[in-house]
Amino acid sequence: MDKMPKWADVFLVPFINLLLAFIASGLVVWAIGENPFDAIYFMVKGSLGSTSGIGYTLYYATNYIFTGLAVAVAFHARLFNIGGEGQAAVAGIGVALVLLAFNWPYWWLALPFAVAGGALFGAGWAFIPAYLQAKRGSHIVITTIMFNFIGAALLGYLLNGVMKNPGTQNAETLAFPATAHLPTFHEMLAPLGIEFSKSAPANVSFLLALLCAWGVWALLWRTRLGYQIRAFGQNERAATYAGINGTRITIITMLISGGLAGMLAINVVWGEQERLIKEFVEGAGFVGIAVALMGRSHPFGIVLAALLFGMLNQGGFELLWEMPAISKEMVLVIQALIILFTGALDNMVRDPVERMFIRLQKKKAQG
Amino acid sequence: MDGFLQLILTLDMSIRLSVVLLLACLAGLFSERAGIVDIGLEGKMLIAAFFAAVASYETGQVWLGVLAGIAASVVFSMIHGLASITYRGNQLISGVAINFLASGMTVVIGNALYHKGGQTPALSGDARFHDITLPFADALRGVPVLGAIYSDLLSGQNALVYLAFLIVPLTWWTLYRTRFGLRLRAVGENPASVDTAGISVVRLRYQALIITGVLCGLAGAYLSTAQGAAFGKEMTAGRGYIALAALIFAKWRPWYAMWATLLFGLLGAISNLFPNIDVFGIFTIPVQFTQALPYILTVVILAGFVGKAIPPKAGGEPYIKER
Repeated sequence: MDKMPKWADVFLVPFINLLLAFIASGLVVWAIGENPFDAIYFMVKGSLGSTSGIGYTLYYATNYIFTGLAVAVAFHARLFNIGGEGQAAVAGIGVALVLLAFNWPYWWLALPFAVAGGALFGAGWAFIPAYLQAKRGSHIVITTIMFNFIGAALLGYLLNGVMKNPGTQNAETLAFPATAHLPTFHEMLAPLGIEFSKSAPANVSFLLALLCAWGVWALLWRTRLGYQIRAFGQNERAATYAGINGTRITIITMLISGGLAGMLAINVVWGEQERLIKEFVEGAGFVGIAVALMGRSHPFGIVLAALLFGMLNQGGFELLWEMPAISKEMVLVIQALIILFTGALDNMVRDPVERMFIRLQKKKAQG
Repeated sequence: MDGFLQLILTLDMSIRLSVVLLLACLAGLFSERAGIVDIGLEGKMLIAAFFAAVASYETGQVWLGVLAGIAASVVFSMIHGLASITYRGNQLISGVAINFLASGMTVVIGNALYHKGGQTPALSGDARFHDITLPFADALRGVPVLGAIYSDLLSGQNALVYLAFLIVPLTWWTLYRTRFGLRLRAVGENPASVDTAGISVVRLRYQALIITGVLCGLAGAYLSTAQGAAFGKEMTAGRGYIALAALIFAKWRPWYAMWATLLFGLLGAISNLFPNIDVFGIFTIPVQFTQALPYILTVVILAGFVGKAIPPKAGGEPYIKER
C-alpha cells in the first residue's frame, strides 16, 4: 500500500489544515494588539453561551448547509457552481411569489409550495449556465459568476418595480401573511417545556436543511442517478463510454444544485425577514464553497462544517461588542484562511503527511 | 445641454470608468495567457486600493502609495501562485479565498488603524492624483469638434489614465514580439512542450503572476488615489468580475481588451448619467438592465452565438511534470 490510511485523509489532513488557518487568524488578531485566546473565548461564548447565541448559530448554519450541499453536489460531477449567490437570490423571488399569491392560513400548507417555488426559481437560474456548459462548452464558473450579477440586477429591478411595496421607500415587497409565519425554535420548543430565546431567528428550516442533507446522501450513494453523477465526475470519458449521457448529468446536477441553493430563501426570506428584500444572501453562496471543501463534499461533513461556520459568523458578531478593536470582518479573514488552507493549499499538508505514512510503512515492512 | 457636449461628457466618464477595468483586464490577460485562471482580480485590486490609500495618506506621496498598492497586490498574487503553481491546488478556490481575504483584511486593518469602519482618511494635495492639462488644451478649445475632443476628452485626465492606455501597446508588444511573450503564450496552451524545450514552466508562470500583481496594484491604486480620494469598504464593487468578463469578451487579446473595457465603461457611464432611458415614449430601459448588460453580453459571447471565445488551452490545470 502506497497511500495514507483513510482516517488520515478524512480527519487528520483537514484537522491540520484547520489548525493552520486558525493559527494564521490568531496571528492577525495578535497583530492588531488583541489576545487571540480571549477572542476564541468570546467567540465560543457568543455563539454557544446562550440560547440566543445558539439560535443565531443554527440560523446561519441552516444557510450554509443549503449552500454547502449545493456546491458539493456539483463538485461530485466535477462542476464548480460558484453561482449559489445568484441562485438563492432568484429563489427568493419564487418563495415571495408563492407566499404573496394567497392568504395562506397555515405555514405547513404553504411549505410545500414555497419549497417548490424556491427550488424551481433557484434551479431555473442554474439551468442556463448548465445548458451552456453541456451544449456549448462555455465555462460554468464564468457563466455562474455572470448570473450572480444578472440575478442581483433582476432582483433590484423587481423590488423597485412590480414587486415593490408601495407603502414604503425601501426596495422590498409587502410582508407575507402573518398566519403563514414559520415556527421558530422558541415556538417549537415551548410546548415541550424547553426555554429557547424568543429573539433568535433559527426556525423550522433547520430541520429542512437536515432533511436535504440526508436526501443528498441518499441521492449520491443510494440511487442510480447519484452513481451516474459520481461516475461522470470521476472520469467523464469512462462514464460516456459506459452509456452515461454527459449533457443530461450536467444539467440535472446543476438543477439539483441550484434548487438546494434556493432553499436558503426559505430560511432567510420566509423564516426571518417575512418579506423579500435586496441582498439577503449576504455571501452565504460563497461560504458554501468553504463549507463543501471542509466537509469533503459529504453531507455529514457539510453539516458539521456548516455548524462551525455558523459559530464563526455569530461569534464574530459578538466579538465586535467584547473587543472593539476587532471588526466583524475578522470572520471573513478566518473564512478566507480556511478556504485557502483546506482548499487551495491542501497539498502543502497532504504531501508531507502522505510521505510520513509511506516512510512508516516501509519501516514496518523492514522491521 | 448641447448634444455634442453631452456626448463628450459621457465619453469622458466612460474613459474614467474604464481605466480600472482595463488595468485589471490586462492583469488577468497575463495570468490566463500563462494558464493560470484568476478570479481573484477583485481581491488583489481591493487590497491594493487599501494599501495605496494608507501609504499615500501616511507619506503624503501618491507614488509611494502606488508602490505600496503594487506590493500588496503582488503578495496576494504570490499566494495565488503558491497555491496554484507550487502546490497544484484548485485555482478557482484559491481565487475565492483571495477575494475573501482582501474583503476581510482591508476592513480589519483599516478599522484598527483609523477606527472609521474600514474607511481611510481623505487624501489631498500630493497624496492623490490630479488631472493633467495637456499643452495647448485651453488654446485649442475653440476649434470646432476636434478642439473639444482634445481639450475635454484627451486632456484633463490623470497620470494613471495615460499610463493604462500606454500599457495596451506594451502588452501587445510583450506578448507578440518578445521571446518572453512567445513562451508565455506557449505555457498557457501547451506547458509540456515548453518544458520539453528546457524552459521552466514554474518560473514562467510565477513571472506572469508578478505582472498580474503589478497591474492589479495599479488598478487598485487608481480607485483609491485617482478616481476617489480615500479607501472605502468593498470599493472595487465587482469590477474585478467585470474585468474578467471583458477579458472573455476580448478573447484574451490586448487591443480587444481596450475596446471591451471602453465599451463596459461606456455602459457604466450611461447607467450613471441616464438611469432610466425612455425609448420614444414606448418603453423604458431600466437602469438595472444597463448595469447587467456587460454580464449578459459576456454570457452571449461565451455561448458562442456571436463569435466563439476560446480560452487558453491549459488554463486552470496545474502542470505536473512527468516522472
